[in-house]
Amino acid sequence: MAEYQNIFTRVQVRAPADPGVPLGRTIWPRYGKDLHSYWLGKFGDAQIGPVYLGTTGLASLLCGFIAIEIIGLNMWASVNWDPIQFVRQLPWLALEPPSPEYGLSLPPLAEGGWWLMAGFFLTASILLWWLRMYRRAKALGMGTHVAWAFAAAIWLYLVLGLIRPVVMGSWSEAVPFGIFPHLDWTAAFSIRYGNLFYNPFHMLSIAFLYGSVLLFAMHGATILAVTRYGGDREVEQIVDRGTASERAGLFWRWTMGFNASMESIHRWAWWFAVLTTITGGIGILLTGTVVDNWYLWGVKHGLAPEYPIVFPDVVDPAMNTGGSP
Amino acid sequence: MIRRLKTARLMQMLSLLMVVFLAGCERPPVDSEQQGFRGTGMVDVTNPRLASDLLEQLNIPDPLPAVQPSGTLASEVYENVQILGDLDVAEFNRFMAAITEWVSPDEGCAYCHQGANFAAEGVYTKTVTRRMIQMTQDINSNWSNHVGATGVTCYTCHEGQNLPSEIWYENPGPQRAGGFTASTAGQNYPAPAAADSSLPYDPFSPFLLGDMEIRVVGDTALPDGTTLPATKQTEETYSLMMHMSDALGVNCTYCHNSRSFGAWEGSSPARVTAWYGIRMARGLNNEYIEPLTGVLPENRLGPLGDAPKINCATCHQGLNLPLNGADMLQYHSVLSGDD
Repeated sequence: MAEYQNIFTRVQVRAPADPGVPLGRTIWPRYGKDLHSYWLGKFGDAQIGPVYLGTTGLASLLCGFIAIEIIGLNMWASVNWDPIQFVRQLPWLALEPPSPEYGLSLPPLAEGGWWLMAGFFLTASILLWWLRMYRRAKALGMGTHVAWAFAAAIWLYLVLGLIRPVVMGSWSEAVPFGIFPHLDWTAAFSIRYGNLFYNPFHMLSIAFLYGSVLLFAMHGATILAVTRYGGDREVEQIVDRGTASERAGLFWRWTMGFNASMESIHRWAWWFAVLTTITGGIGILLTGTVVDNWYLWGVKHGLAPEYPIVFPDVVDPAMNTGGSP
Repeated sequence: MIRRLKTARLMQMLSLLMVVFLAGCERPPVDSEQQGFRGTGMVDVTNPRLASDLLEQLNIPDPLPAVQPSGTLASEVYENVQILGDLDVAEFNRFMAAITEWVSPDEGCAYCHQGANFAAEGVYTKTVTRRMIQMTQDINSNWSNHVGATGVTCYTCHEGQNLPSEIWYENPGPQRAGGFTASTAGQNYPAPAAADSSLPYDPFSPFLLGDMEIRVVGDTALPDGTTLPATKQTEETYSLMMHMSDALGVNCTYCHNSRSFGAWEGSSPARVTAWYGIRMARGLNNEYIEPLTGVLPENRLGPLGDAPKINCATCHQGLNLPLNGADMLQYHSVLSGDD
């Protein structure tokens, strides 16, 4: 393979350990020093740490640990504490939300109480981690774009596990914690509400998701293609003529008549990524609360086309026999 | 040289990983045949390799030669003939021989009859068989909207075995630690009944014994105030559908237009047949199987002490037409239940 194609990282970014900018006034120190990894150097900077955990980081890890413990131990209990079966069946196991009859009340531990508790600690962990991201960005004098992008994902998480169940009046509407079970839930959710593919916000979410992938591939490929001219030093090239950046822009203008700028391409990526979960969350929130059957909604609004009838004799047999179930 | 070796090892690991990840998948070829309107995805998907394996396993016995009527009724020759008494004795004997071949080829007559006294009632299997003959007649005369003109015989399910290979018991689920640890709501284990998914592991008790509502999709675009089943109950229905798909060797679009699983317009005629099939299995389990529970010995009962019951796979056994549509009923009109 020709080496100039530059698909894998060929340079170890390795320098004397750098503790970073001074911390300022905090009650917590940074942990770790002078640790390097050759293999991490294959993907990025070879230096590991020091890491600043802080109050929110520590609290987040603690809450996350509790949530994972509740989920994991209950999964383990569901195979009668058999360690081998726990590993073998892990993808199938889950912590299930309360049954519909409990509504929004507090169920016994075995009937969904553990699920509520795990959900509480997981949510606390995620929100604390968000706060930590926000504060670390501020501490470095950065913008808070990463935190707000994370918030967009948290929005979808909260809609699925908290906001929509509360609006629907039942914890049972929430998602189980489990690998296959949450996928079963997703499929069942779509079937129950008449096919989510007719939900326009679901459509938008998919468009932004696939759009994010496309943009990521285009941008990554473009920058790699001009690294030989120093294109990986993106931002410092924005305003200069004759640079790798200009070449990269020119490439897309020649290809499709339009190009993003070195700065705006990141705005494109940020908005696509963020809108994936924002629109997705709106779509989920409307399901069951405002729209009960997305297919029929699609028929009503001319979204779902009518097809010629191929099987004219097929009618609901429940209509023939007097409606026994 | 070393570099090449490294690459070779990497490729080996990659191919091993791929084998592991694809182990659960079905090896091609896959044929799909359009049955609905073009573009709607209403296709019948089959794997000819797997289908021919199933067909090769079929070993349908040749019909016993027809007999001349003797002019005497079975009830006139034999004692204690509670059903089939008005059958000609020659035909009666021929039918007994057929049942033996279908259900107890190894044990012979003694599987149901006690010693030399064939009229005695001592063996439980005789009581069961009597009920099963009535059940078969009931199916063939009253459930033609499911079994069609082909109908069923004992062999459809038994295939030469005492107990059909596909039966179900009420499933209490795997052993859990119990106590205050979380219950699993009847799901979240590898479930053979639901094609090894993590869906509810016993879709039969609620739908094929009980009459829990299968329909979970609302028929109005917007919520109209009626309380509909929740997402959770949808998983029960989903599990039953996975069983049906597995039992018949068909995919969802064999019956449903997947753009709206609930809608009947656009569904194939097979869905109507299946609708009656669900009612049939439920009816038979309640009318014939459950009442026999007290008759059965302990080794025939399930973990919760219930009788072995019928689901779609009992007859279908992986084929959308049981026995690939072989008409065995024509040789034994006694089972058609018309007389």
